[in-house]
Amino acid sequence: MRHFFTILNQEIRMLLVSPSTFIAAVLFLAIMGFVFAGILESYSAAPQENSPASVFFQYFWLPVFFMVPLLTMKCLAEERRLGTLETLLTTPVTTTEVVLGKFGAAYFLYMLLWASTGGFFYVLQHFAGDARFVDRGPLIGGYVFIAVSGLLFIAIGVFASSLSRNQAVAGIGAFALLFGLISGLSFVEGMAVLDLEVLRPLKEAVAYAQVFQHLEDFSRGIVDTRQLLFYLSGTVLALIFSILGVEAKLLHG
Amino acid sequence: MTVSPPDDSAPAIEVSHLVKAYNGIPAVNDISFTVGRGEILGFLGPNGAGKSTTMRILTGYLPATGGSVRVFGLPVASRAEEVKRLIGFMPENNPLPEDMRVSEYLYYRGRLKEVPRSRLSVRLDEVLALCDLTRVRHRILGQLSKGNRQRVGIAEAILAEPPLIIMDEPTIGLDPHQILIVRDLIARLRGRMTVILSSHILPEIEMTCDRVLIINRGQVVAQGSPAALRREFLGRSAYELEVAGDLEVLPAVLGQVDPSLRLEPPLSPEAGQSIEFQRLRVVTDREDDLGEPLLHALVAAPRLRVRGLRRAEPSLEDVFLASTQRSWDVVDGAPRPGGA
Repeated sequence: MRHFFTILNQEIRMLLVSPSTFIAAVLFLAIMGFVFAGILESYSAAPQENSPASVFFQYFWLPVFFMVPLLTMKCLAEERRLGTLETLLTTPVTTTEVVLGKFGAAYFLYMLLWASTGGFFYVLQHFAGDARFVDRGPLIGGYVFIAVSGLLFIAIGVFASSLSRNQAVAGIGAFALLFGLISGLSFVEGMAVLDLEVLRPLKEAVAYAQVFQHLEDFSRGIVDTRQLLFYLSGTVLALIFSILGVEAKLLHG
Repeated sequence: MTVSPPDDSAPAIEVSHLVKAYNGIPAVNDISFTVGRGEILGFLGPNGAGKSTTMRILTGYLPATGGSVRVFGLPVASRAEEVKRLIGFMPENNPLPEDMRVSEYLYYRGRLKEVPRSRLSVRLDEVLALCDLTRVRHRILGQLSKGNRQRVGIAEAILAEPPLIIMDEPTIGLDPHQILIVRDLIARLRGRMTVILSSHILPEIEMTCDRVLIINRGQVVAQGSPAALRREFLGRSAYELEVAGDLEVLPAVLGQVDPSLRLEPPLSPEAGQSIEFQRLRVVTDREDDLGEPLLHALVAAPRLRVRGLRRAEPSLEDVFLASTQRSWDVVDGAPRPGGA
């Protein structure tokens, strides 16, 4: 693991000079800014049940769908297209270090962008002068959810990038996988066919993998180890598949 | 910091019965060779012969399908990570990240190759000077000329001072001046490092390499020093004459000097008298120089006028053509894809 930090450092620097990072950042802050402004407007119009923070994090999927592919599509696909993966892997560096370094850099940037939304709440507290608007519980719960789920989302993006040498294919692949995980599974849960007795284990499994449900629990301050395990094991699995993806292409040309 | 190989007596590279197949189609088919320490070995072969595939297997980047490869006594298959520390590799076409600066890139590669931080900046200056890159050290890689990019690749390969350097087509796309610089660079490595390089430019190989390995269709078709290869494949010396006069007496004159001397191609029957000087080729199986007796005999012949006599040196190009042609005659099979 001695090269992990060298690669991580390098990848973060490369992401910070890459145009796609800035496109992702601008889009992210613009969209989340509009969402936040919309939430505040609805609060000024009528009294609401939930705190602004918990409503804000309900929209986490919006940036995830475009930001994760933009941050990760380049990482392995571009290296393979240029052939620099070959020069990288002929140094004393393992595939695991390369994949983890790239994953770490993308995750760092993902969290950096989310952390910048903390400014919204700061502005709200500063100008509203009322601590009730900024409810610490849902706020911290929301950010913890973002940090934990982000591991899996970024790992899925890295995995998609390990499958293709074309950035666009990798990006669309990441989008499709994330869409399937976040929206697809909540659709599947509602399907009547799962009510059959035979499919009961499947229904339980699907119910366990509901990302929106996890968010709600986290916002209420419930940190369920099963949910943590879901994200962590999913992350590990996606990263192992990424490593295998890179190595399989070496074996079979 | 020169990385020292673990086993002092083992040769730099030992390849035995190496096989590599892509989806069942062999790209390298039972190759065996040895490279001694400090030797400069040239890889020659037509496109798709298996040169790059062999080099990639040597670096531990590609796994072999069969056979064994040892680098300084270490088996590449099971101890790839240690082997990678002993090798500086420059792949074909030298891929570089587009948006980094030259010095930044070399620094990063140096860190990956475990050059100590304290040594790295000194070594970086050395390598930049050696490869004539000092002027462009702050330029962005994507904007460099082809020649500079190649030199960045060479700089990267020698950066960590590994005992073995493998370069796939280091002079491709360079102008003659830059080729000269690269040749000097390789000459300076002589004795200190073992070098393997592949090239299409045959005089290049002939000038820089101690030994040549010719590969065709995944098999070694010839190996040895350029001089030994000439003997093996062309087997005889040739002389070029420029003569005029009664050419019909020429075979008899040649026969007097040495029975093995003959014209190639033979004179046409209508040659006869010729006022114009003609350029003719004489070949012999003897290796020692017959130039002087031949010249004496030609001058002494009353009806012949001689203007020139020269011993023709067969180039490596002739050897290359002869050896690959021979292997095409021997090996039967469809053209195979994959692995240049």
